[in-house]
Amino acid sequence: MTEKDKIRTLVLPGDLVGEVGEQQAWSPYIIRNGNKLYSTVIGLLEQRDNQLVILPLEGVYYPRPGDLVIGLIEDVELYGWTVDIVSPYKAYLQGSSLLGRPVNAGEDLRRYLNVGDYIMAKVDSFDRSSSPMLSVKGKGLGRISKGKVVDVSPVRTPRLIGRNRSMVETLSGETGCEVLVGQNGRVWMNCVKKESEELLVEMIYLIEREPYTKGLTEKVKSLIRERLGVNVASPEAQANT
Amino acid sequence: MLTLQVQKPKLILEDGRRTDGRRPDEMRPIKMEVGILKNANGSAIVEMGKTKVLTAVYGPREMHPRHLALPDRTVMRVRYHMTPFSTDDRKNPSLSRREIEISKVIREALEAAVLAETFPRTTIDVFSEVLQADAGTRLVALMSASLAVADAGIPMRDLIAGVAVGKADGTLVLDLNEEEDMWGEADMPIAMMPSLSQVTLLQLNGNFTPEEFRAAIQLASKGIEELYKLQKETLTSKYSAYKEVN
Repeated sequence: MTEKDKIRTLVLPGDLVGEVGEQQAWSPYIIRNGNKLYSTVIGLLEQRDNQLVILPLEGVYYPRPGDLVIGLIEDVELYGWTVDIVSPYKAYLQGSSLLGRPVNAGEDLRRYLNVGDYIMAKVDSFDRSSSPMLSVKGKGLGRISKGKVVDVSPVRTPRLIGRNRSMVETLSGETGCEVLVGQNGRVWMNCVKKESEELLVEMIYLIEREPYTKGLTEKVKSLIRERLGVNVASPEAQANT
Repeated sequence: MLTLQVQKPKLILEDGRRTDGRRPDEMRPIKMEVGILKNANGSAIVEMGKTKVLTAVYGPREMHPRHLALPDRTVMRVRYHMTPFSTDDRKNPSLSRREIEISKVIREALEAAVLAETFPRTTIDVFSEVLQADAGTRLVALMSASLAVADAGIPMRDLIAGVAVGKADGTLVLDLNEEEDMWGEADMPIAMMPSLSQVTLLQLNGNFTPEEFRAAIQLASKGIEELYKLQKETLTSKYSAYKEVN
């Protein structure tokens, strides 16, 4: 990555961001007027291999096929479940996707997933005319049976993951917890110790509050070390006395 | 009330200034702020002189009742409402004929800016509450609504800025005050998307000659340019920390 690629600028709706290039990918955040391109949201403009990309700073989750999401079962139906994925659209999970076989008529799907359960899922398909379909086929997908889920704003997921997953790795590496960030702004974590879980939640909210401050990854790292240093030492100190 | 003024006051004083001391092409002092409500997806408050409007935007979200949703675009629902304490005498809190009409006018102006096709089968709810009314509430409501929509992260072509021009004692005046609104010869609110130079709202109460109309548009665009700059500054200031990214 060259130095130029890293430059990001704040853009507002109606701001001129550039001229029509050869292969500008379609994005809801950029519109064309004549041969000029304008931003449509408050976001950060980035140049990524001849492409203009806008990372929105506000907004809701817009499902994209292939996204990893954490859903909350909202309703049990005859052949599947409706799932809340904190998006304007309700998602649907087919029973056969979870069971690996067709659902028998009259089978009670509550036995497998009930209202209030969290699931890790992939968005299988979504277009503007139909609701997003989820799939739980794949490693690590399915019902979440342990750990904790917290909600953050969906537009913060790029920061929570970080460049080349740097932030996620810092979070999980430093606290010793398993961390998975769903694209829809839900974060799943599984910790051994209660203290590290509390600290992790605190750090996630810190990242949500001040997402684009300078050297945030380093700040998070040192904060965790400082706090865990105290917390880890104290039980041992008590055991020794 | 015995002190009710029934006589038309002098709107342009001897020194060419207006009743509130402004020059004819001068606007009232303006204040704007975004992101002030936690529960709403987007919110903004805009003050123009004594006029003060708070707007909250919810959505895009699933539409209820379901059958009113449109298959190809989002449905905008706008409510312009004056609080009972916004006027001198208590205003009946139920929506009046005038408020329903202004809601429609604001909705149509906003629909021109919002990229409604991005979120089909959903709804965007816009609630504008007039906290204090002193002429020009529809435009202040529209400006705060456009800021709130931007704050909610809803894709839009441009921000909307608007100001009224009018005629008082034969002089073109920018950003009418209560007296000029009541006693002036013309009142014309205009709202535009400045970077696209498109008009999204234009109404006219009273009469203008064609020359006056052209001059009025000129005067309004000058004011709109100023308001637009202020809107952008307001949004930028919320994210000032982001300017020095990584």
